[in-house]
Amino acid sequence: MYRYDQYDHALVQARVAQFRDQVARRLSGELSEEEFLPLRLQNGVYLQRHAYMLRVAIPYGTLSSNQLRALARIAEDYDRDYGHFTTRQNIQFNWIELEQVPDILQLLADHEMHAIQTSGNCVRNITTEAFAGVAGDELIDPRPLAEILRQWSTVNPEFLFLPRKFKIAISSSEMDRAAIRAHDVGLYLYKGENGEMLLRVMVGGGLGRTPILNEMIREALPWQHLLTYVEAVLRVYNRYGRRDNKYKARIKILVKALGIEAFAQEVEREWEQIRDGVAELTSEEYTRVAQNFQAPDYERIDAIDPDFGAWLARDPAFSVWVQNNTRPHKVSGYSSVILSTKPGASAPPGDVTAEQMRVVADLAEKFGFGEIRVAHEQNLVLPDVRKRDLYALWKALRAQNLATPNIGLLTDVISCPGGDYCSLASTRSLPVAKAIQERFDDLDFLHDLGELSLNISGCVNACGHHHIGNIGILGVDKNGEEFFQITIGGAQGKDSSIGKVIGPALRAEEVPEAIGRLLSVYLSYREVEERFVDTVRRIGIAPFKEGVYQRETARVEASA
Amino acid sequence: MNNTIGLKNGVAVVLQEDPWCLVDDDQPLDGISSPIISFARWQALRETGEEGQLSYGVLLGPDDDPEAIAPWLDTLPLIALEFPSFRDGRAYTQANLLRTRYGYKGDLRATGDVLRDQLGLMRHCGFSSFAVREDRSVSEALKGLFGFDMIYARSVTNPEPLFRRRSAKS
Repeated sequence: MYRYDQYDHALVQARVAQFRDQVARRLSGELSEEEFLPLRLQNGVYLQRHAYMLRVAIPYGTLSSNQLRALARIAEDYDRDYGHFTTRQNIQFNWIELEQVPDILQLLADHEMHAIQTSGNCVRNITTEAFAGVAGDELIDPRPLAEILRQWSTVNPEFLFLPRKFKIAISSSEMDRAAIRAHDVGLYLYKGENGEMLLRVMVGGGLGRTPILNEMIREALPWQHLLTYVEAVLRVYNRYGRRDNKYKARIKILVKALGIEAFAQEVEREWEQIRDGVAELTSEEYTRVAQNFQAPDYERIDAIDPDFGAWLARDPAFSVWVQNNTRPHKVSGYSSVILSTKPGASAPPGDVTAEQMRVVADLAEKFGFGEIRVAHEQNLVLPDVRKRDLYALWKALRAQNLATPNIGLLTDVISCPGGDYCSLASTRSLPVAKAIQERFDDLDFLHDLGELSLNISGCVNACGHHHIGNIGILGVDKNGEEFFQITIGGAQGKDSSIGKVIGPALRAEEVPEAIGRLLSVYLSYREVEERFVDTVRRIGIAPFKEGVYQRETARVEASA
Repeated sequence: MNNTIGLKNGVAVVLQEDPWCLVDDDQPLDGISSPIISFARWQALRETGEEGQLSYGVLLGPDDDPEAIAPWLDTLPLIALEFPSFRDGRAYTQANLLRTRYGYKGDLRATGDVLRDQLGLMRHCGFSSFAVREDRSVSEALKGLFGFDMIYARSVTNPEPLFRRRSAKS
């Protein structure tokens, strides 16, 4: 894991002092709310419906056990005993007093964490996939370059007042598990013919009101140019991005206005001016950072463990969990384990209690190397577990309600916090998530459905990434009433796509039934082992539309 | 200009007597010894050959391309860049380009919505004087230029990124 050096420590400590002073000046009235706003946002502090919310960065989703315990302490001492993990590898605390934020930031700084640039019109937390460094299908470990980008973008003075927020994700596996195509800049890291590290640079993705997948502007960029190339993209954006309309200010709108080729030319022209200078990365720097991500001391163990095999045969519930919630590890005899934060109706997606955090921190030490990851899907991951320990781990996780075997299934719902917390939201997304999880709580049925992602956003800002869910649900307000629009066919990963709307929005109570009808259509058309999204792609949305709305129409006619 | 901070040998001080004065396009220049005029007005004066009579400062708006003024940088004692709102960050890039790409050596002044909490960022990007918003105390604002100021990336004040300086040290 990355450990802070003297510079990293000095920066976060100084930042705490600076924000403490700014909060004091706000409370004394010296700073107006308008002037304070971007300062607090760049320190992760939002004003929500009922209280302040603090969003803490978990760079590239990596936490140590001690860091997770520090987060548990924040949940206990400053919040209501829980935190909420987001889709971009952050954790949010929803019930925070502004006066206490400097103390919380101090606690974070003392544990090599921060909330810098988790909000505001600047470069946000750099994300990657939860299995970085351990995934069976990984090409190159993306974490060193992610950390290098984190440092470069932190308090980069030229780019703190961009037209709008700016999100960067990096991935380097056969599957893309970091949703890089939905980012302002998506970086795909791979090996060239001679084993050299190369980057594919994609720009202009984003969801929100105008969902667009990013497009490639540069193939095979040698890694040494990473910082100058990103600098060129940001400079073009900072100069020419729209500032007259908040909803037209993301880089995707600029890319669309210029066209991807003209935009790419602008970037190349800028880059020609700065490439090959002192800002280019050096092998020395890469090595210095990469040393922090060296593989732990794995045991040499056989791929097949007899005890593990015996438990699989003896305990079908364990076997189902292993099948669904573990992933192949690059080291023989090990697995990565996904802890589901979606037990069903009993807790909102992504919410984890302080007690659960402490137990997970202990389990990560007992059955791993004291490391925890946060996944884009709002779940937690223990990256390095010996197969022979899986049974004991499973039992411990079950006791904490963290072993629901639904990873990648319908009830592994991604949802924003919605109108229960967020002041931007036009609808409450959590009750809808809950109703769906209640209705589809039969695990056999869920497993029969197979891989199926369901994403819910409480408003057009699309924090629940509904556009790239196989089933997407978007809350819209119609004259003060909550309605939900359903899209199907969205996907993240290598074959990303934006979902299509199937028809008029429905009332909250009609949504679970509509999902049920969508699934009936799927099951009647499905070819052997075909995934939901593949069926949608094969037969189009018309049969689904008919399936969901025909009975609706019939009912309206009958009652007329 | 009143309420202005400058850098004297790199140290931030409140300027007691600053000769410069922002002059609107429709205001006459008579009797003003050191006017700062818009780029458009300055271009018009230059075309008629009048720009040599006075020492002008030039104000670039956030939409102006710094490259347009590059040929005359040696003759300009002051360039002012405008922050229409402190949340509009275009002037940071303009300042950086004027210093690093076009080699401007004169005084680079921040004008408009210039506030204490952004002064350090402005200095990093190459600003050398800061006309603090009139309703704010300049002595309070001065504090924004003292204290911790480390960044990782390169900037005008740190031409090399931290990782190069770091390796030079060890």
